[in-house]
Amino acid sequence: MMTVPLDYYIILSAFLFAIGAIGVVVSRNLIVMFMAVEIMLNAANLALIAFSRFLKLMDGHVFVFLVMTVAAAEAAVGLAIVIAVFRARESVNADSLNLMKW
Amino acid sequence: MVNLTPLLPELFLFCWALVVLASDLFSKRRSASLPGYLSLAGLVITGFLLIPAHDAYLWGGMFVSDPFAVFFKIIFLGAAFMAIGSSFGLAGRMTHHRGEYFTLILFSTVGMMFLASAKELITLYVGLELTTIPLYVLAAYTKSSRASTEAGLKYMIIGAVSSAVLLYGLSIIYGLTGTTFLQQITINLSIYWLSYGELGPAFSIALMAILAGLAFKLALVPFHMWAPDVYEGSPTPVTAFLSVGSKAAGLAAIVRIFVGAFIAFATPVMAPRDWGSTLAVLAAITMIVGNIVAIRQTNIKRMLAYSSIAQAGYIMVGVVAASNLGVSAISFYVFSYMFANMGAFAIVAIIAERTGSEQIADLAGFSKSSPVLAGLMAIFILSLAGIPPLAGFLAKYYVFAAAVQAGYTWLVVLALLTSVIAYYYYANVIRMMYLSADPNPHHIVPSFPAGLVLALAGIGVILFGLMPEPILKLAIAAASSFVF
Repeated sequence: MMTVPLDYYIILSAFLFAIGAIGVVVSRNLIVMFMAVEIMLNAANLALIAFSRFLKLMDGHVFVFLVMTVAAAEAAVGLAIVIAVFRARESVNADSLNLMKW
Repeated sequence: MVNLTPLLPELFLFCWALVVLASDLFSKRRSASLPGYLSLAGLVITGFLLIPAHDAYLWGGMFVSDPFAVFFKIIFLGAAFMAIGSSFGLAGRMTHHRGEYFTLILFSTVGMMFLASAKELITLYVGLELTTIPLYVLAAYTKSSRASTEAGLKYMIIGAVSSAVLLYGLSIIYGLTGTTFLQQITINLSIYWLSYGELGPAFSIALMAILAGLAFKLALVPFHMWAPDVYEGSPTPVTAFLSVGSKAAGLAAIVRIFVGAFIAFATPVMAPRDWGSTLAVLAAITMIVGNIVAIRQTNIKRMLAYSSIAQAGYIMVGVVAASNLGVSAISFYVFSYMFANMGAFAIVAIIAERTGSEQIADLAGFSKSSPVLAGLMAIFILSLAGIPPLAGFLAKYYVFAAAVQAGYTWLVVLALLTSVIAYYYYANVIRMMYLSADPNPHHIVPSFPAGLVLALAGIGVILFGLMPEPILKLAIAAASSFVF
């Protein structure tokens, strides 16, 4: 059976990570920024799973489960804070967060 | 059956946090004192539970209780104690969710304690997240305040991005070494190095990703942009907890990973695969930017934010040294920094609560209206600046000595020059309090818990400056947890 080589997974994961990182920087919508962060986390997850399968070890799988749990907790807290921000200023645009500047 | 004794302090504090939560639920009294005093008691009991701790490990070394972990746990407990002690005023004014506030601080402390004990990447990552997720909520705790929600959101996004970057670095390290245990990572990396004579660019990328991820948590320049905003917007006791507890937690992670696992790559001999010279540059720009930007701040929380960025730079000087002396020096540094910084923020919280102002200019004449508070503030500020009889001076001295010993003389010279700059803005606060002719209308008497915090911080700063031996002994023992 032909399998996809490890490199492909790692390159895909690097691309996903880059897309996520650019998304956080470029996007002005807070919700989209959160989605971009999730893409970054999933890029790391993909790398972990690929390595884990390649090395025939289970540690990576366990790591991914915990990362997913953490990501869910983070998203829950994050969206709650976004709602609080929206209630305070009727906007989820990152440019509206300009109360404090140096 | 696994013997969970090494985990006892964490388990106890976690259960106690739930008790605190329940206590607020079932008590009919509308005051902050019940959950607050319960939390303080829980932290003290956890501290006692730490005393019999000796070298022990759980689950094949995932969780260790070595002197380094115990030392940092004492710092976390101390920071949480002082943060909660100075929160009574804030919590008293809350109409809702008073118990949750204290519970979240305790949860975050449990996360920090896990982090300090982690000797394995999964535990370390989860510990870091357990630390920061409650802090996101705490930063945004005053929901009605635009500044607080803004601070919470900024902290949240930066924190999520930095942990994603950190995780990406960890995943590459896992791929290279095939293990998540720090000790095994060291061994596998050396085997890799000996068999191939080269680690390839992947290792450099992983090193930089981990460094960047943790530098965000520690607010090192250029990863510091979030810190002043978050520190200014958050409720003041939370800011204090962020600036000490969360910073010490990030530092514990950096020391565990870089000094614990990547010690072989500390020196520039290993260039370009070394982290020592990169971290030295980060430390240098952190000290320069932190101290210079602090000068022009008018808001005292923002000034202290930049000051704590600069302090993180000084701490990094000790990490760069990557030696026995270096680790014991930074342990002592964080210990003394905890007292001084928590004390300073506690006073800011007391003043802001009474006068509603966080401006440095509004401290004018403070020495006449509230001489004791002004004196304490002066002591904390002088300790942060590193003036001789106080703990902050000895801490700086040891860190700089460690760096000189490791051959980073240029960094120490720079650190000394920037501490001279720091005298300017630190002295500015004291000048405002003592030399300004304006009368200050507010005679401020702190509440009992806040007074307790101030007394503790004041005693800590003075006592450990005059006789640092007991803490130094513990700090030296902490450094013995690492192999150099």
